[in-house]
Amino acid sequence: MFKNVIRLQSRLGGVITFCKVCPRHEPFRNAVKYSTASAERKRFYQHVSISQSEGGLYEVNLDRKKLKTPSGKLFTVPNEALAIAVATEWDAQKDSIKFYTMHLTTLCNTALDNPTQRSKEQMISAALKFLETDTICYRVDEPPGLVELQRNEWDPVLHWIESRYKVTIGSSSSILGPQVPEGTRETFRQHLGSFSLWPLTGLEFVITQLKSLVLSLGMLDRHLSVERAVLLSRLEEEYQIRRWGNVEWAHDYDMYELQARTAAGALFVHLSSESSTVKHKLMQD
Amino acid sequence: MASLSSPLRACRGILKELRAIQGPSYKQSLAYNYVIDQFRKNKVTGERYCRAQQEAHHASLTYLCLLTSTRNHLALHNLYHGKGERSPEEVAGLVGLRLPTQPGGKGWEK
Repeated sequence: MFKNVIRLQSRLGGVITFCKVCPRHEPFRNAVKYSTASAERKRFYQHVSISQSEGGLYEVNLDRKKLKTPSGKLFTVPNEALAIAVATEWDAQKDSIKFYTMHLTTLCNTALDNPTQRSKEQMISAALKFLETDTICYRVDEPPGLVELQRNEWDPVLHWIESRYKVTIGSSSSILGPQVPEGTRETFRQHLGSFSLWPLTGLEFVITQLKSLVLSLGMLDRHLSVERAVLLSRLEEEYQIRRWGNVEWAHDYDMYELQARTAAGALFVHLSSESSTVKHKLMQD
Repeated sequence: MASLSSPLRACRGILKELRAIQGPSYKQSLAYNYVIDQFRKNKVTGERYCRAQQEAHHASLTYLCLLTSTRNHLALHNLYHGKGERSPEEVAGLVGLRLPTQPGGKGWEK
């Protein structure tokens, strides 16, 4: 513990002395550049291209350099479509590289590096945890308009997933939420177990965005479009917007971000599980 | 799935977004050729129910949504959130005030 404090001090030493020197009303502009997520780099390349390596994996090249993941691994993706989509993201950067707009690249990096070192079972358990607190299973008692809206919009999706997977989920307006039977959880555990690590990374990302396993599976099974899934996920917010008005810099901003992230996750699941279906077809021929 | 718009509209939407990203030379880009190629391959040839085509259609709409949302999000970000914190002068200006310059007050004597 004590050792940690010393290490922290020595790391922050430069910053602390800097603060002492600068006058109190000056914001520490240089000291804040710690987070990498918001940091922007200058675009250092001209052309983006893709190439196929010997193992059949695709790589992305920036000019003559090969793209690498944050941990220094070679950036490789299983198929051409994903490689092209990632290359397009890199090509879309104008003067500076805005990492917060490059969702597919981020997802690939996560799948390649697996920074939290989690196993497939852990990811499935984490995803299933959302079933207990699924957005569309929690209902309100008032106001009547919202109660009706939730019933009209959410119930069809709930019925759809219950008949599609032959499970019972149910909804509830109590703070404890509905009691999800063990059989339901087991069915979904088996279903998620059929995904490999890459699509599972995307699926978990989508679930955490929509805060709903039901909506995520509905979208990935092509029952819902991305826009519709996002709308259903934000149903209460939409209700409040309709009543109190829309604020562009908060509501629209959030909605577009959520849509972009959800679409990226869905596309990632689709593209990373595609390679196996292509092989399947070739074998049939 | 009946509510989906036509594949042609999705295709044109994606190409429009690619053009917004890459400028006039977008026809030479990888993505342009890939998208055109995919849409040609997945053209309807008969009235039969075709699952692969549905899949491709859904994927194309998802990609269109990704491109459009990212563009709109970035535009809003640049408009409202991209400039960092405002200076005290600017904040005061927002509500129609000016910071005091204190002429003849403290520190003015010298």
